[in-house]
Amino acid sequence: MALDSSKTTGFKYVGTRPNRPDGLDKVTGRAKFGADAYAPGMLHAAIKRSPHAHARIIKIDTSKALAMEGVKAVVTRADFATGLEGEFGDILENVMAGEKALYDGHAVAAVAATSALIARDAIKAIEVDYEILPHVTDVDAAMQAGAPVIRAGAADASVPEGLHPNVVRYYESGHGDVEAGFAEADLVVEDHFVTEATHQGYIEPHACLGTLGSDGKGELWCCTQGHWYVQKVCAACLGLETSQLRVTASEIGGGFGGKTTVFIEPVALALSRKANRPVKLVMTRSEVFRASGPTSSTSMDVKIGMKKDGTITAAQGTFRLQGGAFPGAPCEMTAMCAFAPYDLKHVHQVGYDVMSNRPKQAAYRAPGSPMAAFAVESVIDELCGQLGLDPIDTRLKNASREGTRASFGPTWPRIGLVETLEAVKAHPHYVAPLKKGQGRGISCGFWFNHGGETAVSLALSEDGSAQVAVGTPDIGGSRASMALMAAEVLGIPYEDIRVTIADTATLGYNEISHGSRVTYASGLATIKAAEDAVQKLCGRAAAKWGIPEDAVYWEDGYAKPSGPNAGDFEPLHIDEITATMGATGGPICGHFEATPEGAGVSFAAHIVDAEVDPDTGKTSVVRYTVVQDAGKAIHPTYVEGQFQGGAAQGIGWALNEEYIYGADGRLQNAGFLDYRIPVASDLPMIDTVIVEVPNPGHPFGVRGVGETSICPPLAAIANAVSNAVGVRMRQLPMRPSRVLEALESAADG
Amino acid sequence: MSKTHVTTKVNGDEVEFLCDPRETLLDVLRDRLHLTGAKEGCGTGDCGACSVTVDGRLVCSCLMLGVEAEGKEIGTVEGIAEGETLHPLQQKFIEYAALQCGICTPGILVATKALLEKNPDPTESEVRYWLAGNLCRCTGYDKIIRAVMDTAAEMREAS
Repeated sequence: MALDSSKTTGFKYVGTRPNRPDGLDKVTGRAKFGADAYAPGMLHAAIKRSPHAHARIIKIDTSKALAMEGVKAVVTRADFATGLEGEFGDILENVMAGEKALYDGHAVAAVAATSALIARDAIKAIEVDYEILPHVTDVDAAMQAGAPVIRAGAADASVPEGLHPNVVRYYESGHGDVEAGFAEADLVVEDHFVTEATHQGYIEPHACLGTLGSDGKGELWCCTQGHWYVQKVCAACLGLETSQLRVTASEIGGGFGGKTTVFIEPVALALSRKANRPVKLVMTRSEVFRASGPTSSTSMDVKIGMKKDGTITAAQGTFRLQGGAFPGAPCEMTAMCAFAPYDLKHVHQVGYDVMSNRPKQAAYRAPGSPMAAFAVESVIDELCGQLGLDPIDTRLKNASREGTRASFGPTWPRIGLVETLEAVKAHPHYVAPLKKGQGRGISCGFWFNHGGETAVSLALSEDGSAQVAVGTPDIGGSRASMALMAAEVLGIPYEDIRVTIADTATLGYNEISHGSRVTYASGLATIKAAEDAVQKLCGRAAAKWGIPEDAVYWEDGYAKPSGPNAGDFEPLHIDEITATMGATGGPICGHFEATPEGAGVSFAAHIVDAEVDPDTGKTSVVRYTVVQDAGKAIHPTYVEGQFQGGAAQGIGWALNEEYIYGADGRLQNAGFLDYRIPVASDLPMIDTVIVEVPNPGHPFGVRGVGETSICPPLAAIANAVSNAVGVRMRQLPMRPSRVLEALESAADG
Repeated sequence: MSKTHVTTKVNGDEVEFLCDPRETLLDVLRDRLHLTGAKEGCGTGDCGACSVTVDGRLVCSCLMLGVEAEGKEIGTVEGIAEGETLHPLQQKFIEYAALQCGICTPGILVATKALLEKNPDPTESEVRYWLAGNLCRCTGYDKIIRAVMDTAAEMREAS
C-alpha cells in the first residue's frame, strides 16, 4: 500500500509554534557562521579591487607584495581555469577580472598571509597599471547610441536587431490587442517610473575557509544559500572534479538571494592550493556593497486603461533593468510578474536586460517583482483615484483566480488572491480613520515560487528518534518546519527529531535555498522520506506478525494491523520496532530524491499608512498590515516573520536605500552609515494575516512565503505617500529631498 | 610590528593576550580568545553586531582597540547565561522567534541586557531607540521588540 500523508486539516504538529531547534546556539553565541571557522595553520586572505568603473588591466606587479614577511601566496586570473563560457565563465570573470575591470570594486588580485593585517597591507603593495575606459552606470544611458560597450558580443539571440550591444536579453509576452483594449477604456493612465539599485543588506559579510591540495581534493566551509552550487562553480573555476570538493554550509547570517552565487570561495581555494595551507577569506562591509549583490535598478513605462466601473480593459508595460557588467538582470520575471494579479483580456509586456559598469546584480527576494508592482500598482492607484473607485473593490473586480489565463501565458490553478483581498477588506486597518498629513496605500504582489532538485534522508535511531538530513541551508527557521512535517508523518514528538543541514558529500544535489522553495520542496521531500521510513516500519511489523505488509497501517507513531487482522495484534510503537531493527533487517531509513514541480504561487496585499512631515519631507510609516496566502503555515510564527521581514526590507527600498554613483563611476555610499537600512526606531509593529488556500502540489498545502512579502511594499508605500502629499511619486527611494520637491511642485501647481 | 601584552577580564575570567596595536577588541575577542559570539557586520560601528560591554558600558567592539581592554571588564554574549540557565532575554528571544538568521542576535542581546539593567521599565519607543544601533535585516524588529518588552515585564514581576 502506497502511504500518502496528504491532508490540509486535522494536523497534530503542523501549525503549532514550538521553539526552533537552533535557538539555544543562536542566543548563546555558539552558532557557527561563515567567519567563525578556524583551522590549524590557517592563513588570512584579502582581495585587491579596482578603483575604476571601467579599465583595461595593462599589468599587475605582485613582486613587492610577495616579498613581504608573512605573505604566502598571491593569485591573479592566471591562477584559475581557462576556457569557461556562459554562466560559469561570467562568474569567474566576476570573481577575478581578466582583461578588464568592469566596475568599481572588481577583484583583480588576492593575497594570503599569516595575519589579516599583513594581508591587508600586502594588497596595497600590489601595483596595477590601468588604461581607464569610458563608463556608464545608468540604465537608460547604457541603452543610448554611443554609450560605452561593456562587453561586445554578450547579447543573446533574444535581442532584436538595432539595439545597443549593452542590451543583452529581451523578453516579450502577452495576449489580445492592447490598442483595441485602450480604445474601450474610459480613462487611460500612462506613466514612467524609476527605481534605484538596492542591496540585500544581510548583516553577515561573505566568508569562507577553504583548503585545497595539489591532489585536487578540497574542503570548503562557507556561508551560502546553496553549497552544491558553490561546489559546482568552484570546481569549474579551479579545474577540479566536482566530487573531490566537499562543501559544508555554515549557519548563514542572512542572504535574501545575495548568497545564491559565488564571489570569494574560488579565491580562497586558489590561494590555498598555492600556499598549501587553509585560507580564510572574509569580505569587509565596503566590499559587500561594492562587489556583491545588489539588485537591478529600473526604468519602466506602464500604461493601463480602465472603465468607469473599474474594469481594466488593457495593460502594457516596458521594463528596463540594469544588471551590472554581466547578463542576468531578471527582466523576464519583472515583465511576467507585472500584471500577474489581474485577469486581462489585452496585455503586453516587454523586458530589457541591460549591462552597465556596476557590480553583477544578484537575486534579491522575488527578483524583479517589487519594481514591476511599484509601477503597475501606482498606475492602478492613480486610476482608482481619478475614477473615484475603491482600491480593493477594483482589484477584486479584476483579480486573477482559478482558470484565469495569466498575463504571461499559463492558466492559473487554485490560487488565493481573492481570499487575500477579501481579508484586506475585512481588516480593521482598511477602514481605520487617517490623521491629517497621512495617506493610505494598497498594493498587490505576486511571486511564482519554485521547486527544484531536492534530496532528503531520514534515519531512525534505536530509541525511535529520527535524524533528518536536508540540503537547503536554513535561512530563517526551516529546520523547525522540517521537524514539524517529519513529526506529523512519523507520529513522534517534534523534539524527537533532529534536522541537520548536510554537506555535499552526504546527499544528492540540492538546489539553492531560493525561490521560496525550502518549506515547499525540502518539506515535501522530508514528508516523502518519512513516509518511506514508515513504509519500512510497517514492513517490519508485518513480518513480526506474519501478515501481509499492506495489512498494516501507521497511526500516531504505532504500526497497527488493519482489515481482517484488525485487533489481532497489539500495536507496535516506533521505538519497539527500531530497538530490534538490527536483527530484523538492518537500519531503517527513508529518503527522497526528485525535482518537485508543484510549487504554488503566492499573492499578497499590503495596507500602509504613511505620514509625511511637510517641513522636512521625511516619511514615517505609522501602520502596516501584511496579508498573504501561505497555502499552509507549517510554523506560523516563522511565516509571520517572513511577512514582517519582507515588509521591512520593502520599507527601506521605498524610503531610503539606494546605490549612489558619482560621475567617476564609483559607489559613493559603500557602508551602513550612508546606505541606511531601516533601524528599530524607523518602524512600527507590522501586523500580519496568514491566508491559507492550500497548494495542491504539496502534501500539506504549502506555498512558499519568503519572497512575495517584498513585492507589494514599494507600491503600497508610494501610494500612501502619494495620497498623503497629493502628488504621484514615480521615483524611488522617496527620500526627504525627493518628497520636498514633490510638495513644492504641488504648491506651484 | 611588536605586540603589546594585555591583561583583562572577559565574562569574569582573567585573560592575557598579545596583540598588534592595530587590532580591534573584536579582532582580539574572536581571533585570539576564540569568543566568536560577537560578529563583525560592518567594522565601522554602524550595525551593532559586535556589541559588548566594557566596565558595564555598551560599546561596539569593532571601534575599540584590543590594547584598550587593559584592566577592563569585558562582557560578551557568551557570558549572559548562568551555567545551564538562560537569561530571561535569551529564553524570550527563542520563544518569540525574535531571530531568523541569528547573526544580529548576540549584539542585540548584549544591548538589551544593558538597557534593562539601566531601565527595567522601558516604553516601546525607548526600546526602539536604544536598539537603533543594532541592525537586523530579517525580522523587521517586531518580534524583537515584543520579546524585550515581555522580558522586562517578567523581570519586573520577578524582582
